[in-house]
Amino acid sequence: MKLSESWLREWVDLPVDTEELISQLTMAGLEVDAVEDAAPDFQNVLVGHVLSVEPHPNADNLKICQVSIKPEDVTQVVCGAVNVRQGIKVPFAVVGARLPGSVKIKLAKLRDVESFGMLCGADELGLSDKSKGLLELPLDAPVGLNLRDYLKLNDKIIDIDLTPNRGDCLSVRGVAREAAVLNLVPFSEPCFLSVSSSITDTFSIQVDESEACSRYVGRIIKNVDMTVSSPLWLQEKLRRSGLRSTDAVVDVTNYVMLELGQPMHAFDLDKLNGGILVRMAKKGEMLSLLDGSKVALTPDTLVVADKDKVVAMAGIMGSDNTAVSSNTCNIFLESAYFNAIAISGRSRAYGKHTDASHRFERGVDPSLQEVAIERATALLLEIAGGRAGPVSIVENKADLFQETEITLRHARLEQQLGLTIEGSQVEDILNRLGLAVRKISGIGWHCSPPSWRFDLSLEADLIEEVARIYGYENLPVATPSAQLPITSFLETRRELPGLRNQLIARGYHEAITYCFVDPEIQRQLTPDAEVISLVNPISSDMSVMRTTLWSGLLPAIRHNLNRQQSRIRLFETGLVFSPSDSGLKQESMIAGAITGHRMPENWHTNAELVDFFDLKGDVQSLLSPYTASEQFEFIKGQHPCLHSGQCAQIRRNGHLVGWLGQVHPAVQKILDLTQTIFVFEVHLQSILEDKLPRFAEVSKFPEVRRDLAFIVHEDVTAGDLCKTVRAEAGKTLIDIKIFDVYKGKGIRVDNKSIALGLTFRDTSRTLEDSEINQAVASIARAIEVKFSGILRDQ
Amino acid sequence: MKNIEILESEASNAVNRAPDLKSLEQAKVDYLGKKGLLTSLLKELGGLSPEERPKAGARINAVKQRILAEIDLKRQAIEYNAIESQLAKESIDITLPGRSDERGSLHLVTHTMERIESFFLRIGYKIEKGPEIEDDYHNFEALNIPAHHPARAMHDTFYVGQNKVLRTHTSPVQVRTMKSQEPPIRIICPGRVYRCDSDLTHTPMFHQVEGLILDENISMADLKGTIDQFLKAFFEEDLPVRFRPSYFPFTEPSAEVDLQCTNCKGKGCRICKNTGWLEVMGCGMVHPTVLSHCNVDSEKYSGFAFGMGVERLAMLRYGVTDLRLFFESDLQFLRQF
Repeated sequence: MKLSESWLREWVDLPVDTEELISQLTMAGLEVDAVEDAAPDFQNVLVGHVLSVEPHPNADNLKICQVSIKPEDVTQVVCGAVNVRQGIKVPFAVVGARLPGSVKIKLAKLRDVESFGMLCGADELGLSDKSKGLLELPLDAPVGLNLRDYLKLNDKIIDIDLTPNRGDCLSVRGVAREAAVLNLVPFSEPCFLSVSSSITDTFSIQVDESEACSRYVGRIIKNVDMTVSSPLWLQEKLRRSGLRSTDAVVDVTNYVMLELGQPMHAFDLDKLNGGILVRMAKKGEMLSLLDGSKVALTPDTLVVADKDKVVAMAGIMGSDNTAVSSNTCNIFLESAYFNAIAISGRSRAYGKHTDASHRFERGVDPSLQEVAIERATALLLEIAGGRAGPVSIVENKADLFQETEITLRHARLEQQLGLTIEGSQVEDILNRLGLAVRKISGIGWHCSPPSWRFDLSLEADLIEEVARIYGYENLPVATPSAQLPITSFLETRRELPGLRNQLIARGYHEAITYCFVDPEIQRQLTPDAEVISLVNPISSDMSVMRTTLWSGLLPAIRHNLNRQQSRIRLFETGLVFSPSDSGLKQESMIAGAITGHRMPENWHTNAELVDFFDLKGDVQSLLSPYTASEQFEFIKGQHPCLHSGQCAQIRRNGHLVGWLGQVHPAVQKILDLTQTIFVFEVHLQSILEDKLPRFAEVSKFPEVRRDLAFIVHEDVTAGDLCKTVRAEAGKTLIDIKIFDVYKGKGIRVDNKSIALGLTFRDTSRTLEDSEINQAVASIARAIEVKFSGILRDQ
Repeated sequence: MKNIEILESEASNAVNRAPDLKSLEQAKVDYLGKKGLLTSLLKELGGLSPEERPKAGARINAVKQRILAEIDLKRQAIEYNAIESQLAKESIDITLPGRSDERGSLHLVTHTMERIESFFLRIGYKIEKGPEIEDDYHNFEALNIPAHHPARAMHDTFYVGQNKVLRTHTSPVQVRTMKSQEPPIRIICPGRVYRCDSDLTHTPMFHQVEGLILDENISMADLKGTIDQFLKAFFEEDLPVRFRPSYFPFTEPSAEVDLQCTNCKGKGCRICKNTGWLEVMGCGMVHPTVLSHCNVDSEKYSGFAFGMGVERLAMLRYGVTDLRLFFESDLQFLRQF
């Protein structure tokens, strides 16, 4: 909320300067977001009186004006403004003046006529974005007075970022009250006199929803002169609060809202038909709003209606067909108490956040409606004339503010704040805040908050208030102490940081990508997966929850490929999301993607590109050594986004836990990836679950190595081959190394040779050659039977 | 026997002048071999008188020993030189980069989050985590933010369906923990959170670490002390910290925590928008309504909670100037940490 400092000081006499005031407000929870000058810097701009206006001999659109800033002194100024005319008073930048943007006013010749200064529009003084012609000052403006003094422009605009609980401070009155508390100065509300009615016209008011609208105050004002614009002082106050001046009626309702915190609305009386009715909207009712939009109302919306139509979304915005316009003559003024619960959420639902809804949602002082309507009436009559009818009130006192009594226990207060504080000091703070305080001997106090502090209802609320006014900075500081028993944790649970470090050591960079992704990209990666969509995405390319981390990683790879990076290794950990029978699944995954050269460009090796086995090695390095070989297998698989010949499932104890492979060239092309990419993704849970290592006897006997090469059909996998070897070789086989795979010269076209290095050892004795030979023979036999494989000559 | 001195000197010369092992061996044969000159002197001993013989014999043997020692020394020298010249040929340019010197990197958010965790883990906090798609109850209702509460506007929420949201903070983890564990509770809840907001200073996804203590007799003073100590430890600097009243529906009293600007030390600069202070955390005493939602006896137990933005702290600590870099996965950024 923006607020003019001088306006605030009109309401309360504060013994502090701007800087101190800002610090006080901020430290009391009314955070000052910004402080700006009410007007940009300009100098030597005075109130000038245009005494005469003559045509310019050499230019049709220029005029020669004689302007006075002192009774006996007349200055000639050439001016092109459309509204320049004899008798008006305008800002006059004399020779030597400086305008915003460091514009210096010098003696000038305009089409051969000398001009001693410049008459200014509001825009030229930085008081408005754009303006039509000169800024016309009131006719009683003292000639020659510095404009900054006249318009009190040496003022600051204080922008306060109010928390939602402090609806009471959404007005000059509210902030002034708070500032008075902080400065220990008295605050007395100005007394606004009632405007006695000069006509007897009334407009009937019926409130069907007395809970949602517990007070509706209205009054007719007739014969309002809509040609008169609001006085400059009022316009200036609105401007400094960030509101534009529109017409006198709207300006006055806005002014009262800013001043007192009561949102008001004025209807064109002649466009209302048959009395006000406050009710809920009916299904299918439409409303054309002031801002030109049209909305279909939902039945949970409180509306103000007349006999045949909805005329306002209560507390949010009025309709355009009953709005005040330049043709308006008679108005009906509304000052209502709409319950926060009835208003809140609605403006957001309709996307119509207004100054009024902002206040009603946070709560308005329930005692304010009559004061506000009197204040507005008085101002309006003063500005635009007219005759006011009597004030009509429909209210439901039961649902209005109820005086509540909150018990504040002294001991609880001290415990919560860790503070020792005198009872008298607590009472003083609460009294200053406007609470009625009654002492309960030995316990604390009964406290009744004032009508504007509807946010106070619990003991905790009062504790906060005491702390706030006492000053958070004055509260003591301590260190909590606690019992610290030792608790156990699973050693068989691996930790994520270890896995991360493993990948980092292998050259991977950790990426964090958005969990909402582009549905088009994701459809390429997991075409069959059901997705969870966001109801209100930021943009269409961030609109569905990822079903695979690849949805973020592949665009990240592309981002880097498009920035002259050709060797990329990225990994990410995080959740993937999918609908399930029981609601939804959120599973932790770890995924990676690599592309480009195997090694960073270097002087010692030929530049080879990464392949499937680089990636597989990285994945294998993530598996625990205690479970890798006995629980995990890599099985050839088919995945919609992976190369059909270079794709594997990762299984743990037979369950699918992940995938790896080359991104399918078609997908690669669609995703606009300029290089071959290899990706993996594994369920984190499956690699975090470990088992305890178990000691195995260390053999004192030598190991024996035999190298065997088999010629088999090219479709026979090394994995199957090794499985057979292991099954046949017996317990003494402790290791198999595949040290060569060969296709080509000397071997049939559809065959290949796989060379295995077998290591045998026993823990109790040295193995005999004959045993090994026997094992080799049985292996060779099995492979011949199973795969028609042939053992090559050793 | 005069001859022996000459022979000794000749032999020594021949040994020491030998350029290689072969010449050295030749010198050895020439002087000490079976037909060697020194050896032949021994054969001449027979021509000496018995009195002279032992003395001359000893003399010849001494010379032989000396020459043998010289030969040994010379052999070592020749061998050493041979190795040295071989090594000189094998000399390399040690300034070339080592093989496989590459290393990846941990994301700065992860690093910062782990660092924040470490401070609290050391003083007995445990890590708790929870789902990122939350239900309305845990994200809002239980935290004293009923439907239509204006505070919901503070959380621009992503909805994924009926009563399901992307969590706007990690506070639902606190609710889940309080519901499932008995006090005393001391936890931190790190994780990703989401808000429907995207501009220069907001990304729709970011990371938080929240903390909660629930125990008997916990006070605002404990909260102030904990936060103050944490911030000083995190920034490794004795920067002033201030607590400013604020409002969160789930705490009361609530506070925003400001840290004196790490950049300008309070003088005012672009980073602190000339205020001299940086808003770094929100915190407060757990609201009694939240405690009662979680079935905690708020008369017996009280607690404090705090929450901080990981990216914000990382930016301040490491001088990152653009929030959006965190999620662009640009290697230029990732490699730096």
